[in-house]
Amino acid sequence: MRRYVMAGAWVIIGFLLQSTIMQTISFANVSPNLLIIITASYGFMMGKKEGLIVGFFCGLIVDIFFGSVLGFYALLYMLIGYCNGLLHMLFYPDEIKLPMILITISDFVSGLTVYFFLFLFRGRFDFGYYFFNIIMPEVIYTILISIFLYLIILKINQKLETLDNKER
Amino acid sequence: MRRKSKQTLPPKYLLFALSVLCVVMIIASFAMDLSNTPLNNAVGLVFTPMQKGINTVGDWTSEKIENLKNIGDVLSENEELKAEVVELNDELNSMQLEQSELENLRELLELDEKYPSYEKTAAYVISKDAGNWFSTFTIDKGTDDGIEVDMNVISGNGLVGIVTSVGKNYATVRSIIDDNSEVSAMVLSTEDLCIVHGNLQNMEDNQEIKLSGLKDQDNEVEVGAQIVTSNVSDKYLPGILVGYVSTLDMDSNNITKSGTVTPVVDFEHLQSVLVIMEKKTQVSDTEEQ
Repeated sequence: MRRYVMAGAWVIIGFLLQSTIMQTISFANVSPNLLIIITASYGFMMGKKEGLIVGFFCGLIVDIFFGSVLGFYALLYMLIGYCNGLLHMLFYPDEIKLPMILITISDFVSGLTVYFFLFLFRGRFDFGYYFFNIIMPEVIYTILISIFLYLIILKINQKLETLDNKER
Repeated sequence: MRRKSKQTLPPKYLLFALSVLCVVMIIASFAMDLSNTPLNNAVGLVFTPMQKGINTVGDWTSEKIENLKNIGDVLSENEELKAEVVELNDELNSMQLEQSELENLRELLELDEKYPSYEKTAAYVISKDAGNWFSTFTIDKGTDDGIEVDMNVISGNGLVGIVTSVGKNYATVRSIIDDNSEVSAMVLSTEDLCIVHGNLQNMEDNQEIKLSGLKDQDNEVEVGAQIVTSNVSDKYLPGILVGYVSTLDMDSNNITKSGTVTPVVDFEHLQSVLVIMEKKTQVSDTEEQ
């Protein structure tokens, strides 16, 4: 139970940090994507269902505050959470490479999707520009942050898991 | 470790159900205006106070750090500014004379002031768009303070953007540098109309926004010309400064010109803004005599 409460807390903390501090520490107008890290981590750590629920709420909050279309980010993040959940069986707590790779792919996919639906459809065809100036820097910055953030999420989750199991 | 027995709803069905919900929301937001729903208010009530808190702490720390870094610069700048004050005072005196002369003339002509002073409300920027693609932000005033969708937002020296959605205690503002933003504008000196639209690419490269559709047959508009909001815009109040022309080229059709504008507002360090409490639709009747 505690783990689910913590998941909810991560969604709120993630969005709060993302919309305030992360915007002030941005490099060249690009800031890391905490919500992707949280969504991918939960999908990977706990499974499809947890991943898709965490992703759905992460996206929904972004939609409500900043989205031009309600439901777009919710759908995107939910799918990302679910897909990460598909690889839950490969999850070992001590292994850090695979989570990093998954977070990287997730952020890439989200960047490409946003470009495709919200930019390409409005006639912004210069894909190379957006790829090298927005998507790539965001991915790199996100990986750097995720090394720390993923470990924090993982450690807290493991702690809560043992607590939950003791109670039972 | 994993407990299969407790699972109630298979993830596949949950995914399907939520996907349908998302698609319905997407279609609904194209079909109708979802910019002020109970959902906004509920979410705003939870997040806005927390964002405010974080920002207060963040601003305080960054201010202290900036202060330490800048003290040397400030001292030398102080000297320069003192010299400038003398100069400006001089200028001010002559301007005041001209101003009073202007006022007299206006009275004579029984003209209203060209730009009526609108009622404004100050608001703090509390959070910025979570992604890197768009330039929207939220402010700490909402319907409780009388903010409505489509109200213009300015900062000391020029146009910042427009309110796109409101909750009880917050409002979302789309800035003019946002890739989705389009503003009907004109060149102040010649009153030639044009469109100013935000462009992520120009903004990233040169801190500029795009200008297009300017008809300027006599080649009167020059680099550095002032761009203000036009009086034919349906959402923006007329005469608000947008920026200065920084490049201008003839389009391939040989009729219109396009180029870039450097906005006067420093969007990078925007902390507080003013919301004009009148909307274009309200004042238009009195405006167009």
